This record gives sequence, C-alpha cells and structure tokens, in this order.
Amino acid sequence: MSYPIIFKEQMSEQVFALRVRAPQIAAGALPGQFAILRINEGGERFPLTLADWSAGEGWIFLVFQVVGKSTFTLSKLQVGDELKDVVGPLGLPSEIEKYGRVLCVGGGVGIAALYPIARALKATGNRVDSIIGARSQELLILEKEMEDVSTSLAIMTDDGSKGAKGLVTWALEEELKGEGADLVLAIGPAIMMKFASAVTAPFKVPTRVSLNSIMLDGTGMCGTCRVEVCGKTRFACVEGPEFDGNEVDWNLLLNRLGQYKQEEAVSYEQARSGCCRE
Amino acid sequence: MEKKKTLKKERIPMREQDPQERKSNFDEVACGYNLEEGMAEADRCLECKKQPCVAGCPVEVDIPGFIKRVKEGDLRAAIMAIKDKNDLPAICGRVCPQEDQCEKFCTLGKKGSPVAIGRLERLAADAEVAMGELSLPEIAPPTGKKVVVIGSGPASLTCAGDLARLGHEVTILEALHAPGGVLVYGIPEFRLPKAIVNREVEYVTRLGVKIQYDQVVGRTVRLQDLLANGYDAGFIGIGAGLPWFMDIPGENLNGVYSANEYLTRSNLMKAYLFPEYDTPLKRGQRVAVVGGGNVALDSARTALRLGAEEVFLVYRRSRDEMPARAEEIHHAVEEGVQFKFLTLPTIIEGKDGMVTGMECLRMELGEPDESGRRRPVPVEHSEFKIACDLVVMAIGTSANPLLTCTMPELKLNRRGYIEVDEVGETSIPGIYAGGDIVTGSATVIEAMGAGKKAARAIHRRLAGEDKEL
Ligand SMILES: Cc1cc2nc3c(=O)[nH]c(=O)nc-3n(C[C@H](O)[C@H](O)[C@H](O)COP(=O)(O)OP(=O)(O)OC[C@H]3O[C@@H](n4cnc5c(N)ncnc54)[C@H](O)[C@@H]3O)c2cc1C
Ligand SMILES: Cc1cc2nc3c(=O)[nH]c(=O)nc-3n(C[C@H](O)[C@H](O)[C@H](O)COP(=O)(O)OP(=O)(O)OC[C@H]3O[C@@H](n4cnc5c(N)ncnc54)[C@H](O)[C@@H]3O)c2cc1C
Ligand code: SF4
Ligand code: SF4
Ligand code: FES
Repeated sequence: MSYPIIFKEQMSEQVFALRVRAPQIAAGALPGQFAILRINEGGERFPLTLADWSAGEGWIFLVFQVVGKSTFTLSKLQVGDELKDVVGPLGLPSEIEKYGRVLCVGGGVGIAALYPIARALKATGNRVDSIIGARSQELLILEKEMEDVSTSLAIMTDDGSKGAKGLVTWALEEELKGEGADLVLAIGPAIMMKFASAVTAPFKVPTRVSLNSIMLDGTGMCGTCRVEVCGKTRFACVEGPEFDGNEVDWNLLLNRLGQYKQEEAVSYEQARSGCCRE
Repeated sequence: MEKKKTLKKERIPMREQDPQERKSNFDEVACGYNLEEGMAEADRCLECKKQPCVAGCPVEVDIPGFIKRVKEGDLRAAIMAIKDKNDLPAICGRVCPQEDQCEKFCTLGKKGSPVAIGRLERLAADAEVAMGELSLPEIAPPTGKKVVVIGSGPASLTCAGDLARLGHEVTILEALHAPGGVLVYGIPEFRLPKAIVNREVEYVTRLGVKIQYDQVVGRTVRLQDLLANGYDAGFIGIGAGLPWFMDIPGENLNGVYSANEYLTRSNLMKAYLFPEYDTPLKRGQRVAVVGGGNVALDSARTALRLGAEEVFLVYRRSRDEMPARAEEIHHAVEEGVQFKFLTLPTIIEGKDGMVTGMECLRMELGEPDESGRRRPVPVEHSEFKIACDLVVMAIGTSANPLLTCTMPELKLNRRGYIEVDEVGETSIPGIYAGGDIVTGSATVIEAMGAGKKAARAIHRRLAGEDKEL
C-alpha cells in the first residue's frame, strides 16, 4: 500500500495542508476521526485529524502545524512523494444529532479538526455559531470554510490583526452570558480547551473537547494515550478522542503531553540540521 | 550391525553471550548449536516408536524424523521435515516453552535431561539461511476460494500458510505496519531477532499468502463487509493486546508504562536506536517492573540494555509461582535483575509529574486460589518504599474489544474472548478464531496449533465436506 501526496498547500508560516490518496480511509471516514501516519521507515507513528475527505475521489485532507521532527519532515514532502503508512479512520466519530444552538470554538490548527464536525452539525439542522481564533491574522486558517458551514462566524486574534482582539474563550463567555447554547464544541491546543471548559462549567452547558494525547498504535494496545476522565483512566485513541471537557483532568493531560520534551528537542534539532546539509 | 549405545544423560549445553557483555547489547543471548554440537545432541535421541514427544507439540512436528536427519548431518532434510508441519521453526526453536511442550514428554527426561528438541529445531532452521532460498512444498492447484485472516501473529500466519498450501487464496489484514504480532512488537530482539521473524514471514508469503498492513479491521474495514464481498471464510487471530493497569494512584504519571507500550516502543519502533529512529523512550536509572511472567522479564532485561543502573522485578507472589520460563528467570538473574518477591505496589509517587518511587506492601502466601497457586495476602503495617524513576506494568492483558464490538452476532465469553467450537469455528458460520483472542494470553505454539486446527476446518468447509470429518 502506498499513500501519495496529491496536493499541498502552505496555509501559514507553520501550518501546512496535504491531500493524500487513501481511498479506504476516505470511504469510511466520519467527522471527529483521525489517522495515524508514519512518514518513512525510521519514522514515529503520530496522529492527525481528518480535516476533510472525499470517498468518491479517494483522498483525505490533513492540516498540521510544524512543532517537531515528524511535522517538520512532513512539511518538507512534495506532491508525488509517498507516506509509508496511513492508518484509519481511528477513534470514535463525533456524535452528530440535532441539539439546537451549538457553539463551535476552534483555536489554531484545531480549527481543521473542528471543520468537518461543524459541517455535519449544520447539515443536521443545528444552528452553528462558530468562534475561531489564532495569535494573528497570518496564522488563522480555514476562515472561508468555517464561514460556509456556520450560521455565524466570529474571529478573535491575540493581537487584534483580524476580527476582535482577545481570546476565543472571552467570546465564548459572552455568548454563554447572552443567548446561551445547547452544546459547546471546543477544539484547539490543550490549554485552550482547558480554559474553554472552565468557562462553560458555571453555565452547565455540555462541552465536548477533542483530546490530543500522545499516541502510538491508535488501536487500544499500548495505553500511551491514556487520559483521566471523571477520575477514570481512558484510552483516548479508542474511547475518544472526544470527551466531556468538564470531566477531563487537564493538568494530567498537559503533563503527559510534555513527557518527551527533551527527546523531541533532540529529534527536531537533528531534523533541522539534516535539512540544511542537503 | 547397529552399535550399542550408552545413554547420555545430560544434554549438550548451548553457548551463550557472557551476561556482563550481553546486558548492554540487544544481540541474541543464546548462540545456538553448531553442526557438531547438534549432531552430538541429536545422537541422544532414541527414535522411540511411540513418539511421545510429538504428542507434546501442538503443531505435530515429526520430531524423531527431523532429529534423525540432524544425527546424519543432513540439515536440509531436517528442515524440510520440520517445515512439513511448522512454517515458523526458527521462531519456535527459540521461544517455545519446550519444557512444558515436546520436551516434557521425551522418554529421556525420565532418567536425565530430555533431548534438546527446540535447540535442534533452531539449528536446522538457522542453517536454512546459509542454504539460500528453500524450495517450497507442493502447493495444491488453486481452488478459487478466498479466505481473509485478521492479524498477523503466529495463529494467523500458521492458519494462512496452511490454507495457501491447500490452494486457497489467502489475504492477511494487519493493523500495524509490520507482520508478526507479539513476535515483533513484544518479544525483544535479544531473544528473537526481528530478521528471523521477517524471514519466516517471508516464507509464508512465498507460499502465496498476501499481507496488507495498516488495516484495523473494525475501523478501516469491517469483516462482515469482506465476507459479503467475495471472501468465502475468515479467521480472527487478533491476540489479546489490551494492557491492564493496577488502578492505583499515580499510575498515569510520566514514566509509567504498560509493558506493551514499553516493548512496542523499543522493539517495533526501535526506540533503543533513538535518535536514529524517531520514536522516543524514557531511559530510567532505577526501573521497577511489576509482574512475574515472560513479559515482565522481557521488560526488565530491556531496561538493563537501555542503560538502567538497577532494575527491580516486583512480584506479589514468590519465585515458585512465577509463570515465566525457568530459562528466562535464570538469564535475568545472571544479568543482574533484582527480584522483589512478595511485594505489592499500592501507590506510585511522583514529583513534578514524573515518577519518583513506589509505595509497597509485603505479602505472605496463604491458601491456594483458583489457579492452584498460593494466594498472596498483605502483611499489615508492612509498607515500604522503592525509589525508582520508571515503572513498567507487566501484569497482564485482556481481549481488545475494537473488532469484536463491531460484530454483535459474535459470541464472546464473560471476559470478552471469542467463543469457538472444537474445530475453531465461532458463533458466526464461516468465521473461525484462534490464539490469544480465544484462550487469553498463552504461547506462540498454542496459537499456532489453533491456527492449524482452524485451517483444517476451513479447508473442509470450503471443500464442502462435513465439519466432523
Ligand atoms: C487525535 C489527535 C489528532 C491530532 N490532530 C492534529 C491535527 O489535525 N493537526 C496537527 O497539527 N496536530 C494534530 N495532533 C497533534 C500531532 O499529533 C502532534 O503535533 C505531532 O505528533 C507532533 O509530532 P512532531 O514530531 O512534529 O513533534 P514532537 O516534537 O514530537 O512533539 C511536539 C508535541 O506534540 C505532541 N506529540 C508528540 N508526539 C506525539 C504523538 N505520537 N501523538 C500525539 N501527540 C504527540 C506532544 O505534546 C509534543 O510535546 C493531533 C493529536 C491527536 C492525539
Ligand atoms: C513480551 C511477551 C513475551 C512473550 N514471550 C513468549 C515466549 O517466550 N514464548 C511463548 O510461547 N509465548 C510468549 N508470549 C506469548 C505469545 O507471544 C502469544 O501467546 C502469541 O503471540 C499469541 O499469538 P496470536 O497469533 O494469538 O496473537 P498476537 O501475536 O497477539 O498477534 C495479533 C496480531 O493481530 C493484530 N490485530 C489486532 N487487532 C487487529 C484488528 N482489529 N485488525 C487487524 N489486526 C489486528 C495485532 O496488531 C497483532 O499483529 C509472549 C508475549 C509477550 C507480550
Ligand atoms: S514447535 Fe515447539 S513444541 Fe513443537 S517440536 Fe518445536 S519446540 Fe517443540
Ligand atoms: S521422546 Fe525423546 S528420545 Fe524419544 S523420539 Fe522423542 S525426542 Fe527422541
Ligand atoms: S495509542 Fe496505544 S492505546 Fe491509544
């Protein structure tokens, strides 16, 4: 099996998008699911959300931010290059029902994961009011796409270069104080999801988040991805990635995400210097 | 005229890497017999008419037959005799618990040590490498029937290989990116080199079996759909890969691993070669491994090789109850693994999110439990601490529901394992199962035996014959 890249786009300085041929995954994909990639023989296995797909044309769409060796290496690949392994669709799909008013909150590259879920929620007849944010205008992705699948779209940037100045969690709080919501879906960096959950807690609104714990096999075999929800250990790759944000032990997740900081720095440095030699 | 033989009571020893040297490399511990040693060992075999040893081998290797060839120095004939029944002899010769299988029934065992059947099997299988590509057995003409096999562990490889020989078109679907199941992700290089696994898997593919990777059945494809779309029968050999934790405080601290994760990172992902390979793995200085089986020993010995200064094996019963093979325990002791018997961890302690130690209780042995072993009971007020910076939980695994929960019609037992009848067929006609997903964690050779049995039944079914034949 081979997984050629058929389209590549640089969305911002650190964010790239790829369309990869993977007909089997495209055929079964549902919103909220992810794939696990292995770029080359010595590569690690790492997860990326399915940001879009076409069963008819047999491709999946991945959006990723360069944060370390694997994403750096991936960003250097070109159309025509092949990935060694792409496994999926993994994880439980997002529950798509008619809830009423849904607030979809996306931060950074998390907007890519939010997009297909928002689209499905809208198609199911929900009123989807979205709030997306990034550090600055250049880093904001999928604005047009989110606009298409939302009843309304609010934009927040840390520096005010686009939309309102501030954090998505502020806008979320304003919405909850105002009209309220039947469901909040928050996807972004763990720290953003943590604060979004803290914001929704007093309003008692069901809050779904998508956890990005470190993963290895993605099939429930290793336990790398374990998180604590409601005081119980859960394997995010098979029992998630979506959980109730108000039941997640965020500090544990944040701690576990930092497990390999030292090693990752070594890897990243090696990848960058290797690249300059070429 | 046959010359009268004197019984040689003791087996020929096998050369091993020196413990002090080997504990810091991933090369194989046991070096294997050379031809001369093998012929001398084979010479001990009495070629018993009743072949009691064969009854102890789940895949029915013609033991006296192949040993006779070794005796004569004809390793090519020996390996052909073995491969008639066993496609994975270099693997079995290394990891079969022979003392509980074939060798347990060897006549010589009554008066001295049994014939070293496993070592001879390994010798013959390894000699094959030097001989170049082996000629294949006879393969029946194509039957036009298609079989799908889920997983590529020993149960699946055996089932697939046997069916391919019988002329069926067999496809293996494997979730990971490499074949072999526990043979590649679990059992470490120093006990079972991956080059050997790959060679034996390649032999199975030369028999005609196709292997597709990245196929998580239940997610990527559904077995029901495969059977509705062209496959005539299916075999499920997905192992029992769901790791257990103890459910004690601190278990999700950084530095606490399941043995599956620890070994998968090290073996399958080659983290011991980090950063040449990308996957990281924490290298502890003081590593505590919890458990008493082969998996615990493999984890402990891996930790040593990754540079740990001290490795503790923490087991709640005593040495006599350890389920691990005697040979592995012996190797671990030689390498310096420290055993903490009758010890039960109760809390994992940490600082800044990272493991710093374990609080434990001393145990004593009480009345025998369901397993027949004496039940460990905590001694009151016996709390004590073990300082460590890494903990590996090797306390067992159970059935992974990922596939089975997508098939509500599939009958499972209380613990989530698949129920099969005497020929290996599940509650869904045409779907068979075998190996750890049926029995719970067992052995390579038992999984292979189950694969063989199911292959026979599948063949009969596809040939339209009666199940009971
Ligand atoms: C279900 C899921 C979906 C995800 N979807 C996306 C996505 O759509 N786009 C995107 O940009 N990122 C996504 N991520 C995060 C992405 O997997 C990591 O950014 C990536 O693995 C980093 O690898 P690296 O080698 O480039 O960086 P590293 O230097 O290895 O790691 C940087 C950080 O990424 C995290 N990370 C490292 N290894 C893994 C791993 N094997 N699994 C998960 N996280 C890891 C850690 O927090 C680490 O500190 C997702 C994660 C999960 C669990
Ligand atoms: C560390 C360790 C050491 C061991 N040492 C020994 C030893 O020395 N001697 C011995 O005899 N036994 C040993 N065992 C036990 C032995 O390895 C197992 O009993 C044996 O491998 C079981 O074989 P299996 O074919 O049933 O499954 P496995 O070997 O577990 O293989 C199952 C395969 O199925 C795949 N799979 C799972 N789910 C899916 C899915 N949904 N879709 C597709 N594929 C799937 C898995 O990825 C895996 O490759 C050891 C086990 C471990 C963990
Ligand atoms: S396969 Fe295992 S049980 Fe059978 S003869 Fe060989 S070592 Fe013995
Ligand atoms: S029982 Fe022992 S001595 Fe007898 S044939 Fe088998 S291996 Fe040889
Ligand atoms: S990634 Fe291995 S169990 Fe979830």
